[in-house]
Amino acid sequence: MSWFSKTFSSSIGRKLLVAVTGLFLCSFLVVHLVGNLQLFKGDGGASFNIYSHFMATNPLIRTMEIVLVLGFVFHIYEALVLTRRNKSVRPVQYAYNRPQDNSNWSSRNMGLLGTVILVFLIIHLYNFFWRARFGEPNMIPIEGTDYDDLYSVVVQSFHLWWYVLIYVLGQIALGYHLYHGFSSAFHTLGLNHKKYTPAIQKFGAFFSIVVPAGFAAMPLYFFIKDVVL
Amino acid sequence: MAGNNPNSKPMNLTLKVWRQKNSKAAGNLETYQIKDISPEMSFLEMMDVLNEDLLLKGIDPVAFDHDCREGICGMCSLYINGRAHGPERGTTTCQLHMRKFSDGDTITIEPWRAGPFPVLKDLCTDRSALDRIQQAGGYISVNTGGVPDANEIPIPKTIADKAFDAATCIQCGACVAACKNGSAMLFTSAKVSQLAMLPQGQVERKTRVENMVAQMDKEGFGACTNIGSCAAECPVGISLENIAMLNREYIGASFTSENV
Ligand code: HEM
Ligand code: SF4
Ligand code: FES
Repeated sequence: MSWFSKTFSSSIGRKLLVAVTGLFLCSFLVVHLVGNLQLFKGDGGASFNIYSHFMATNPLIRTMEIVLVLGFVFHIYEALVLTRRNKSVRPVQYAYNRPQDNSNWSSRNMGLLGTVILVFLIIHLYNFFWRARFGEPNMIPIEGTDYDDLYSVVVQSFHLWWYVLIYVLGQIALGYHLYHGFSSAFHTLGLNHKKYTPAIQKFGAFFSIVVPAGFAAMPLYFFIKDVVL
Repeated sequence: MAGNNPNSKPMNLTLKVWRQKNSKAAGNLETYQIKDISPEMSFLEMMDVLNEDLLLKGIDPVAFDHDCREGICGMCSLYINGRAHGPERGTTTCQLHMRKFSDGDTITIEPWRAGPFPVLKDLCTDRSALDRIQQAGGYISVNTGGVPDANEIPIPKTIADKAFDAATCIQCGACVAACKNGSAMLFTSAKVSQLAMLPQGQVERKTRVENMVAQMDKEGFGACTNIGSCAAECPVGISLENIAMLNREYIGASFTSENV
């Protein structure tokens, strides 16, 4: 085996890939969240539709989209390989075990949380990405040009209570995943130092609350504004 | 030293002990009643009392590992009531006292559970996988000849302290036993980082970490997901920082060593 494949099929090499892709996905979350904040502009969706059009057509964004898909594929593949291998290490389980006395729930359930995120992701992509790219949304004129009216697709989806629930649950899973994952990724990369680690941990906790809360605010906002009130 | 049972009254306990004839046989938990256990006893002394009882009844005594009985050899093990080395943090089973339990308690006692630690008999497991990781690289080259002066090589105090902390690992395997992933990374990281930090460890530095990690994987231990159960259950308090250092050493060595 070449040194390269030996490194990346070792336990630490695979962890390294999970960590690098995990942090890359975190950067994607920031871009995605900031862009989607246009939903709150209250301009009938004009800026959101222009932004969506830009994201769907700009060549740089389209290239990054491929990198993003690869990031997800590697993250999920490596994480699943590791999780399955780790599960097989203890063929006979303890009759009596108290892991809650020595560790956090989220850190022990990264595979489960990741799977919930994956399910959410599939539903989310099918509904918005697929329909935006390959479906035929209504056209809406903004300042003389016709745009796909994705804003209405989003707003209408978020009038369904069960759809809102899926989103909120998905974001809770993401929050727990990141609560452990963000600082854990730095640890996996070997970036541990008494000067920086406490700040990384604090920022990780902040990130894991603010980002999922921001995403969850969107379905909740439209549901409460249009359906409840 | 008040525990759960400060009034020093002898205790009666129910024990559920893993019994297994040999590595091939299927095992099961057997229930035994045990009387008049002094809170001053260590957990292993309580096991001795149990075994005397069993002998009198003509039952095969329970096999369990132990040696120094003073917390330095790493031979004692036991998963007690769902925790490696029992409910008290920072102790080996030989240093756990019965005052941590109360009269009438039920105590479940199991062997370390991990594929690379096969059960030999009852509560004894084969932990030689850890020896093989150590042999794969946990050594340094020294010149024979005249005795070098003490402190000939200056080492900063903070580094010496950290290396010494890592060197206190007694190779008990509690980290593996407690880890959801059955990972031996805390153990391996203690051995790697201890030598990586010291000038004497530089000669084999890169090859060491590559070989020890390869051996760790080959033995079938899991991959760390930074859960932290290991460090929480480690009797000598090996810190999780060592695993970050192991990762750093391994990634660095993989990309820069001469071993292709
Ligand atoms: C936007 C989506 C996601 C983000 C931002 C994300 C982020 C992260 C981060 C930062 C880590 C920590 C890496 C480390 O500890 O070294 C991680 C670990 C992990 N992720 Fe994800 N993840 C996402 C989606 C997923 C999905 C869809 C799955 C699985 C189906 C998954 C499964 C895992 C697993 C099992 C780990 C544990 C590996 C470990 O702790 O070493 N993740 N993730
Ligand atoms: S790191 Fe701690 S728990 Fe693991 S073998 Fe060494 S002393 Fe035992
Ligand atoms: S018997 Fe030596 S450490 Fe417990």
